[in-house]
Amino acid sequence: MTRAIELAGVWKFFGDYAALRDLTLNVEEGSCCALLGRNGAGKTTLLRILAGLSSFEKGKAQIFGDSPRKGWPGYLGHGIGVYEDLSARENLRFFARLSEVAEPNQAVEKWLERVDLKSAADMLVRQFSRGMRQRLALARTFLHTPKVLLLDEPFTSLDDRAITMLSELLVESRNRGATIVLSTHQLREALAIASHVALVENGRLRHTGERTSEMLDDPGLLYRLYS
Amino acid sequence: MRALLVARKDLAVELRTKESLNAAGAFAVVILLLFSFAFDPGPEMIHEIGGGLLWLVFVFAGALVFNRGFARELPNDCLDTLLVSPLSAADLILGKAISNFLLLVVVELISLFVFGIFYSVRWAVRPWELALLFLLATWGISILGSVFGALTVNLRLRELMVPVIIYPLLIPLLIATIELTNLLLTNQPLTASDFLWVKIIVVFDLVFTALAVLLADTILVG
Repeated sequence: MTRAIELAGVWKFFGDYAALRDLTLNVEEGSCCALLGRNGAGKTTLLRILAGLSSFEKGKAQIFGDSPRKGWPGYLGHGIGVYEDLSARENLRFFARLSEVAEPNQAVEKWLERVDLKSAADMLVRQFSRGMRQRLALARTFLHTPKVLLLDEPFTSLDDRAITMLSELLVESRNRGATIVLSTHQLREALAIASHVALVENGRLRHTGERTSEMLDDPGLLYRLYS
Repeated sequence: MRALLVARKDLAVELRTKESLNAAGAFAVVILLLFSFAFDPGPEMIHEIGGGLLWLVFVFAGALVFNRGFARELPNDCLDTLLVSPLSAADLILGKAISNFLLLVVVELISLFVFGIFYSVRWAVRPWELALLFLLATWGISILGSVFGALTVNLRLRELMVPVIIYPLLIPLLIATIELTNLLLTNQPLTASDFLWVKIIVVFDLVFTALAVLLADTILVG
């Protein structure tokens, strides 16, 4: 199997504080890695390094053997990443053209339909409800059919409908061979999709391996065993 | 070209909100009016200080435009989304510079009309040379403003930092531009030595555009 994501001996400091300490993690192509850990463990820092949004002091970070800045993953961070003063359609068209999606207008219409925003497509995002914003963010993230998806607590604050939508999108992405890394506190949803787990604690990787059926039955097992 | 996509998006947002245009345009007009009422300058004084007055108003108004340029990307973490996309950091800064440039040109046009009316100046006596000068100088101001807008985007005091940093760096460009503007407003012929000012403006534009492109990744990602 091809190695899609490689982190080797990564150290990241914020001032004197080491947010990541000699962290090594490999994710194979087509797998879905649930990045687990308590608040402040270093999950967001790790994802930002993989997305090319944060520099690091020591070590190596690569996506398909290249710099993270050239990986162009589908990235969903804590913000929804869309413009308040553009409509849903304008936002998606902008990001589709930026990512050189083939036939961007058709792709945008397809995604508006998919996330059930067709009737609100020309409304400004600032007029959207929270749920509509979240669905638009999902469309923006998956719009260019990325080979790698980096999702930072994607289930947080989602309503039931958006959770279902995200779960379906993740399963579809995994089935088409995309590599997924998602950090989460929603263990049940994440473990249902994940093929692998990685537990981060105080900037160190405490455990990495395949997601087992025992973890599905008892989502808290990993924390009890390793932290 | 992805830089044009960014510029087009920014202009679409600006046309809808008019945040920068209202602030910078109103500021420029108010300063020109206040100066006119405070000093009641005669024709000779206008010939001496007209260029300086105009360009100081433009750079002060420009700071309002530059501050909004990257700050617009902060809500909802849009800047992160752009940096993760295939858009290069250089394209992002160039796109911002293009939209800032166009917005500043609009502010300059508004200001020129106000200047013409309240200072009784026929500023369009040599329109093409003046237009070329304005475009070259405005690009220099815009690219520098966009670079430092990017550098200071995450600072709490960015509204203060952008002007404090860019004004000293703009001194050579401003000196050259003010000299040439005064000559063109008073319809004086350009001598061979005056072309030194043109060279300074062109070199300034080229150097800072090249630096913006080369250092874009360091500026935006670190």
